[in-house]
Amino acid sequence: MHEMSLCEGILQIIEAEAEKQHFTEVKNVILDVGVLSGVELSALEFSFGVVMQGSVAEHATLQINSIEAQAWCMQCAKTITIKQRYDACDQCGSYQLQVSSGDELKIKELEVN
Amino acid sequence: MCTTCGCASGETTIEGHQHFHHVHDHDHDHDHDHEHNHSHNIHFGLGPAHSHAPGLSQSRMVEIEKNILSKNDEYAQKNRQYFTDKAMLALNLVSSPGSGKTTLLTKSITDLSAELNLSVIEGDQQTSNDADRIRATGVSAVQINTGKGCHLDAHMVEHAMETLAPEAGGVVFIENVGNLVCPASFDLGEAHKVAILSVTEGEDKPLKYPDMFFAADIMILNKIDLLPYLNFDVAKCIEYARRVNPKILVLQVSATTGEGMEDWYQWIRTSRQLRLIGRSDMLEAKDVDMKVSV
Repeated sequence: MHEMSLCEGILQIIEAEAEKQHFTEVKNVILDVGVLSGVELSALEFSFGVVMQGSVAEHATLQINSIEAQAWCMQCAKTITIKQRYDACDQCGSYQLQVSSGDELKIKELEVN
Repeated sequence: MCTTCGCASGETTIEGHQHFHHVHDHDHDHDHDHEHNHSHNIHFGLGPAHSHAPGLSQSRMVEIEKNILSKNDEYAQKNRQYFTDKAMLALNLVSSPGSGKTTLLTKSITDLSAELNLSVIEGDQQTSNDADRIRATGVSAVQINTGKGCHLDAHMVEHAMETLAPEAGGVVFIENVGNLVCPASFDLGEAHKVAILSVTEGEDKPLKYPDMFFAADIMILNKIDLLPYLNFDVAKCIEYARRVNPKILVLQVSATTGEGMEDWYQWIRTSRQLRLIGRSDMLEAKDVDMKVSV
């Protein structure tokens, strides 16, 4: 359940941005979440509702862009898509993979008033 | 991907079930520049994403592009700078509860405290039992109780370091909360994550909790004195760990009998020596080493 801490991190960033960019209400929070980021999305959604209460983002909706994971296969010398960290290369079956994306975990944009 | 719940990949799945989450009666491929209002079923979140309310056209988009963990990462960076300035080796020990982290630690402290400056940060949800066990060895320890929290974060470690005020050139062991999931995401500013797995657990743990074994530089397979009584396939376990993390170093030890512990100590000594390269200002700390190795 570190999703609760993540939502607290989201709120800290939103509050800092609210001061910097002068907005008083957040309508929509758009996140990029990689499939390897170790985040349970339903837990994140649940925590989001709880943590945002009483804040500028109290009524904000949460939009999550899921980012697929890519890895470089050292055997094939090619970029492939994986679902988990322990996936083998779907071309040659090798586990010698260098994961290059999929652990994203960031606030992309905010829709604000 | 469904923007209502984000389901597509990474969601909870139960083997044999197609979709654990909930039923959708909406289209996943709607475009975003119209107002739409379709019904959504059982829902864990906050109502439909994209259901633009009237008057929303006045709102504006603000680009953020900021890592959600950036606050933690800032603290972690501060800690890392502190450890670097003081030429200290910080190790973040992670495992499931009951893998023998504290026993491994007390044994290591007993064997190494004569040659190295050691200190310990203990993370648990409740009690100071573990810190008490460490302090009984004569080494200073600080207990962090996370309460409901499931992991240590870099800010907690920063505060613990203020209390601990360890000597320069030493080794700081950070024993994380027993949990193979959440601590993987939180950088504490350590030099290495050390994953401890005991042979009384399943050999497929590296596959079940890949994020942790990916984040770790070294895996210590503990309690190997119990292997004769168990059905634990060591070779398979190592193979699984390497699937997740081809670079992971694996050491086999028994903290109880001491078997294999010398390899672990050698790894600690070597890692610490690497921190001292180019640090002539830390010669005094080095001397501690010399005394013992002669």
